[in-house]
Amino acid sequence: MIDLLSSPLMQRALLAALMVGATAPVIGTFLVQRRLALLGDGIGHIALTGVAAGWLAGALAGLATPDAWALPGAMIVAVLGAVGIEWVRGKGQITGDVAMAILFYGGIAGGVLLIKIAGGTSANLMTYLFGSIATVSYTDLIWTAALAGLVLLVGLGLRGVLFAVSHDEEFARASGLPVTLLTMMLAALAALTVTVSMRVVGLLLVSALMIVPVATAQVIAKSFARTMALASVIGVVVSVAGLALTYWYDLPPGATIVVLAIVLYAIVTLVQSRRRHPDTSIDPHPDLDDDVRLLPVE
Amino acid sequence: MIHSPGTVLRTEHLDVVLGGIRILEDVSIAVHPGEVVAFLGANGSGKSTLVRAALGVIPPAGGRVTLFDEPLGRATPWNRIGYVPQRMPASTGVPTTACEVVRAGLLSRHRFRRGSKSEALEALGAMGMADRAFQPVQQMSGGQQQRVLIARALVRRPDLLVLDEPTTGIDLGTIATFIETIDAMRQAGTAVVVVLHETEAFATMLDRAVVLRHGRVVHDGAPPPARAEHAGPLHEHAHPHADPARPAGMLDLGVIGGQS
Ligand SMILES: Nc1ncnc2c1ncn2[C@@H]1O[C@H](COP(=O)(O)OP(=O)(O)OP(=O)(O)O)[C@@H](O)[C@H]1O
Ligand SMILES: [Mg+2]
Repeated sequence: MIDLLSSPLMQRALLAALMVGATAPVIGTFLVQRRLALLGDGIGHIALTGVAAGWLAGALAGLATPDAWALPGAMIVAVLGAVGIEWVRGKGQITGDVAMAILFYGGIAGGVLLIKIAGGTSANLMTYLFGSIATVSYTDLIWTAALAGLVLLVGLGLRGVLFAVSHDEEFARASGLPVTLLTMMLAALAALTVTVSMRVVGLLLVSALMIVPVATAQVIAKSFARTMALASVIGVVVSVAGLALTYWYDLPPGATIVVLAIVLYAIVTLVQSRRRHPDTSIDPHPDLDDDVRLLPVE
Repeated sequence: MIHSPGTVLRTEHLDVVLGGIRILEDVSIAVHPGEVVAFLGANGSGKSTLVRAALGVIPPAGGRVTLFDEPLGRATPWNRIGYVPQRMPASTGVPTTACEVVRAGLLSRHRFRRGSKSEALEALGAMGMADRAFQPVQQMSGGQQQRVLIARALVRRPDLLVLDEPTTGIDLGTIATFIETIDAMRQAGTAVVVVLHETEAFATMLDRAVVLRHGRVVHDGAPPPARAEHAGPLHEHAHPHADPARPAGMLDLGVIGGQS
């Protein structure tokens, strides 16, 4: 345990995991309530195009490390894509799931295409697809802290109105709330969350960290506020625990974190359903005669 | 209560088009302070659409809407309007307590801060839901959810209350308390617009009825006559349509053709 915390690399990685684990489920709770659980996934895919676009821009600018602009690229493209999808949805031109599907495919194809043009290979994209928390630098950590802080500040500061538009868009409109602006803001927050989580779990699994802790929390919690708080705690626990596991065992961090989150979800669901339906095969009073007897059917 | 001299709600030659189909055509109505107006008509006649267009939920294709003599938009005094939609949005899975739903009722363009817990509890109490305030709405019956939505509108203490079939799925005892609450608000000067199929519960306080048919106003005037036996305490409410010759609470104007 001590040597786990004494490595500066692991310290940075753990801090990043902690911040991401706390932030992602907060935005995820709003998304689940808007029934847009897959929005994070769509944004994750389109962020890949952003990574490649940043890389291409870096290569064109003649940077020594062409991937230096990958993160800003991902951030800009993800935010634009997320706001765009909300705008299209708001116009009612296209249904949510079709728009999402187009994001999925377009994001991946665009990323692979651009990275090739930039002189890279698809293999270069792998670290972004599956995370690379083991290489978190001090600068990365500052970025993560700033973005996570911003997302939490806006997400929690506006949680009243964000709850209102997520819960009942019609009523929010009839209250004069700027619904379109707020849903776009939520999409932008989701995009920022995807970008900060990219290093920890990778773009393909980013959405899992936003959604699975919420799914777990809502099995137990009885209110929106508690669901959000509990999901955030679960996010921290699985992120930190998953990452710590990779210190002792040679496991991929992102996948370990997500599998841990899903295992926790399975356990909680199982325990909860046991509590709701007591096992009738166990006789509570074996010493007493049954007053009803089942007769075999002739 | 502020009494504005003009109208609380006015539509002028309102047209609404949804999905390429004209749903409302040339609808001009006005609701005055303290007035109780019923919107009547068959399923699909456009009652909910009229309400939603009047409150800015859907944009008009033509014509004009004013609320408290201000055109719909930035200057609309949203905090003076309470709205009860026809039904609770489909369950989302994230548990949400009745209290959380009602607290959101105090948000408006001019106020981004939710209502306090005590304000929400008071409104829930008026709907007989105080003891369920911290229960998730997902675990409630349809009628209980409807009561929560009414509480969310009441929490604003509105000067205009817009109710889309508020009594659907609600038991008679709760309707009676609800009617008392509405009546008290009306006497304090609140204008009420209520979409109804059965007018009997509101019969004693209706000032006027607007009847829609295929998206057009076909009657704007006297409400359907209250039937004495419906108001009487001994009246049997088990089957409101028991007399097919004269269905309860319907307008004898011959204009609501197609009513199911
Ligand atoms: N989003 C929409 N797109 C297209 N048509 C719609 C839409 N919403 C409603 N309509 C149509 O508008 C018409 C009026 O609907 P509306 O909901 O206003 O009826 P209503 O009078 O409230 O009926 P009910 O008594 O069943 O509540 C219906 O024919 C309906 O099919
Ligand atoms: Mg309707």
